[in-house]
This record gives sequence, C-alpha cells and structure tokens, in this order.
Amino acid sequence: MDLASILLGGLAAGMVLFVVSVGLSVTMGLMGFVNLAHGGFAMLGGYAVVLAMRHWGLPFGAALALGFVAVALVAALLERTLYARLYRASELDQVLFTIGLVFVMVAGVTLTVGPETQGVQLPPWLRGQTDLGFLKYRTYSLALIAFGVLLMAALWLGFERTRIGAQIRAAVDNRRMAESMGVNVRRLFTLTFALGSGLAAAGGGLGAEILGLDPQYPLRYLAYFLIVVAVGGLGRVSGVFFAALALGVLDFVLKVHFPKGGTMFIYALTIAFLLARPQGLFGKRA
Amino acid sequence: MSLPAATLEAATRHRLRAWEALPWLAALGAFFLFPDYLAFGTQVLVMILFALSLDLVLGYAGIVTLGHAAFFGAGAYTVAMLAAHAGWNEPLSGLAVAALVAGLLGLASGWVLLRTHGLTLLMLTLCTMALLEQAANMFSGFTGGFDGMPGLAFQPILGRFEFDVLYFRTQYLYALAVLFACFIALRVLVHSSFGRSLTGIRENLLRMHAVGAPVRARQVLAYAVSAALAGVAGAVFVQATSYVNLAVLGLERAAGVLIILILGGYGRLYGAFVGALAYLLLEHTLSKAYPTAWQLGIGITLVLVALYARNGILGLADALRRRWRER
Repeated sequence: MDLASILLGGLAAGMVLFVVSVGLSVTMGLMGFVNLAHGGFAMLGGYAVVLAMRHWGLPFGAALALGFVAVALVAALLERTLYARLYRASELDQVLFTIGLVFVMVAGVTLTVGPETQGVQLPPWLRGQTDLGFLKYRTYSLALIAFGVLLMAALWLGFERTRIGAQIRAAVDNRRMAESMGVNVRRLFTLTFALGSGLAAAGGGLGAEILGLDPQYPLRYLAYFLIVVAVGGLGRVSGVFFAALALGVLDFVLKVHFPKGGTMFIYALTIAFLLARPQGLFGKRA
Repeated sequence: MSLPAATLEAATRHRLRAWEALPWLAALGAFFLFPDYLAFGTQVLVMILFALSLDLVLGYAGIVTLGHAAFFGAGAYTVAMLAAHAGWNEPLSGLAVAALVAGLLGLASGWVLLRTHGLTLLMLTLCTMALLEQAANMFSGFTGGFDGMPGLAFQPILGRFEFDVLYFRTQYLYALAVLFACFIALRVLVHSSFGRSLTGIRENLLRMHAVGAPVRARQVLAYAVSAALAGVAGAVFVQATSYVNLAVLGLERAAGVLIILILGGYGRLYGAFVGALAYLLLEHTLSKAYPTAWQLGIGITLVLVALYARNGILGLADALRRRWRER
C-alpha cells in the first residue's frame, strides 16, 4: 500500500477512536472517575444502530441519532443511580464497579442478541470508492474523516465559546473553585457523562465497519480508549483528537507490516511517552 | 493499665491463631476426600498463591494494578521456555529462576511505573502486560505464539516424585507445599516493620513522607516481591499442567485474580484463600453449562461488592460476627 492510503485508513480509524474516547476524557477530567465501562456504552450504541436498522428499517443517520439519544439516557440514569454513589470511593472500588458493569453489558448483549459479529449495512452513497483526483479511496473512510474533523470543530466551539463549555473547563481545572463560583458541578457532570456516552455510542455505530462489533468489544479496545485519554491528557479535547489520530495511524501501519504482535510497539511507545509526560500531550502538570 | 481494643488488636495481630491451621488441614483433607478433583484443586492452589501476591501490592501497599498477570505470565513462560529450548526441566530450580525473572521484571517496571499514580499508573500496568503479551505473540518461534507450547515435560520433583499426568496427585501436593512456603514468608513479611510501613503508605501517604519513610523504595520493593511470588504461581501452573499459552498474560487472568482477591477480602491474606475457592468453585460448576449467565453473575457481584461489601466475603463475615457480639 502506498503512503496516502495507509494514512487515510489510519486517520479513519483514529477518528472513530476520537469519537468514542472524547467523552471519557472529559468525564475523567471532571470527576476523576476511573470509568472502564466507557467502551461498553460504545458497544451498546453500535448494537442500537445495527438493530434499529435491521428491525425497524431506519436509515443509517437516523439509527445513529437514535443510538446517541438512547445511550445518553441510559448513561444519565446509571450516573444518577449508581456512579454517583462512588465519586468519593477509592479508585479500586471504581475499577471494580465499572469492570462489573462491563461484564453485565457483555453478558446482556450476548444473551439478547448473540455472540456473533454484527455488520452494519451502509447506505448506498457511503459505499464504494471516491476519486480524490490523486487517488481513489473508500468513501466511508473519507466520510469518517470529514465527520471527525467536523465534530472536533463543533466540540472546540462548544468548549471555547459557550457558557457550559466554560463551566466544564473551569471545573476540570479547579473543581472546588468552580463550585465556589456557583457552577453546579454535579449537574454539569451528569450532562457531560450523558453526552460523552452518547458520543461513544455514535462512535460505536460509526466504527462498527472498522473496529467490528461483537460482545467482546469493550474489553478488546479497553486499553486503546485508555491510551487515547491518558496520552491526550485528561479533559483536553484537542489532546484526545491528536492522540486518537496518532494511535489510529500507528495501529494501521503496524497491522499492515507486523500483523503478529506489532501492536507491542504501541504499548512500548505509550509507556515511554507517559513516563516522560505523565500529564499527557496538552495536560497541565498536576 | 488496659490497652484500648484496637491497639491490643494491632499489637497481637501477628500471633498465630489456632484457626490458621484450618485451611491447611482442609487442603490436606481434600487430597484424600476428593481424589478425582485434584487437577481442579491444583488450579485453586495456584490461584490462591497468585491472589496472595496481588494482596501484597493491592491490599497492603495500596497500589491498584490491572496488569498483574504480566508477572504470572513471565514466570510461566520462563519455566516453559527453559524446558522447551534449554532442556532445563528440573522443577525447583525452575521455580527459583521464574521467581528471579519475574522479580527483576517487577523491580524494573515498578522502578519506572511507580513514579506515576491514579489513572496513569493503572494504564501503564495494563500496557506493560499487553506489551509482554504482544511480544510473546510476535516471537512465536520461541514462545509458540497464539497456540502456545503444549506437552512440556518436567523432571520428577527432588528426583523422586513424578508428575502425575492423570490424577494430579503430585502436582496438588507440590502446589500446596509451594503455597505454604510462600504464605509463611509473606505472613512474616506483612507483619514485619516493612509490612507495617507499607500499610502506613496505603493509609496516609503524606504522613509517611513526613516521618521520613523511603516511600517509593518500599513500594518498588513490595512490587518486586509480589511480582516474584506471582512468577512462582505462574511457574507452578505451567509445571502442573505442562502447557503454556498467551492466556497466562491476558486481561482475563489479570481481572480474574483481582476479582478473586476482592471477593475474598483484600489486605488480610486469608481473603485470597476464600476468594479463590469460592470463585473457582462457582466457575467450575457454572461456567461450562451457562458461560454467559456466569459472566452476568460475576458482573452483578462485582457491582454489588463495590457498592455494598467493600471488604469481600471475610469482611461480611466480620461484620456479621460483630453484630452477633453486640447482641
């Protein structure tokens, strides 16, 4: 494969990682909650998309929107009832709780839908190849890249230019100070948790074509989601964006050239990077 | 002068009590009572040892790790590769080498990783394990890769006791003896001043810094000792079952041992015994017939433990006993 195709394939995968992980980064930055179940929300979203298209005949876009809303609601409910009890608990309790939640999601999906891999039926205008002038490439990958860039722009505007965005930034930087200034951090957190999980769900649906979709999804990609968040820096949207793209491209290149065990280099690089910069790409030193 | 109850408890915690003979008598009894289940029993003993090693870092030193299977796997692959490629299949020296390799790995990785904390540390332990797993996958010429190495052969223990491929009699007693030796060493360690200082670090990091304790050196040392013990567990696992594959390094094993320790109760050594027996018994009876229901059950149990029973089965037993006494 030539350089441009590898780059585009990697970028498309990176965009999926970005869409899934960005919510995790913000919620972890906001509450310091170790949420290992985030990938589970992405999987639930993927299944919602696949099932809504198969059984109700919804178009791809509408199914994505449905997955976003449904998972955001479920996440908000879980946050209010269960997550909220563990904000002051130890890291270990949070780890256990969220691993337990992942197991419940994995088993629930296996029981209701089945253990096999699910495919997404893309609409005709996203199938096939598009001629970019200098090369032809899969339309869907190009669409993913465009979507990721648009999402990044929208999130950037939301964070930098809206009142809620300013409140989130303030709460990530200094939660107690933000609370003293009258920001309702609890409500803010429920909101970002729901939105972040909804985005993960959309990412699960969008990425089903690339990452695959089966009940083991949240466990298989757990390390990748965490790497993106840690390397990007907690609560830093732009950091997550670049970390996800870098990871996507690297993973793509390694899988082409070293199909067996090539991802070893990703883990080695991550360890080296985080030792040199524990606060991540754009994080501030704690 | 009468000491307050808590002080008295702390001052006499290290003394051996009569009930502490119970698990060992039960283990010996099981050898005679259930001769057909010794393969399963060996597996329980190995997981107890693995969970004990995790208890040292998690329960006593308060280091949360998701990647402890890295050291179990390191020990496992050490004896497997020595046997397959170097013809070194004497079991006891194999254990020693496995402990050394895993311990050095723990020392090195602890030395660099324990600079970080929280999410970053959690991530890095996970990455270290994944790194080893992928390395074992990549160098499949040495490690057997994804398929692993079946049919490894080991010499009789001390030149006399042949490994018993059919009934696991030798393996069971061997695993029990290794577990006993490691347990005694660990029990002495956690009740020594070193072990007390680990608890101090877990309970109040700032104060331990303030009293001048060498915090990081102690954490690294605890991590290395724990890694060596996990390596021994992995080595016994391979010698007993005579095969190894990538699963010894996987997230599933790391999560499994964490669940076992939490289920039993951490920071009290005996939690590993109770947790491993309960978990593996349930897994053995349920997971083959209803694998998905088993996973669902474990998930719900974990959620409930995290929310309501943070000290596991032994913690629940303590709470019940206390309530009984207050009546």
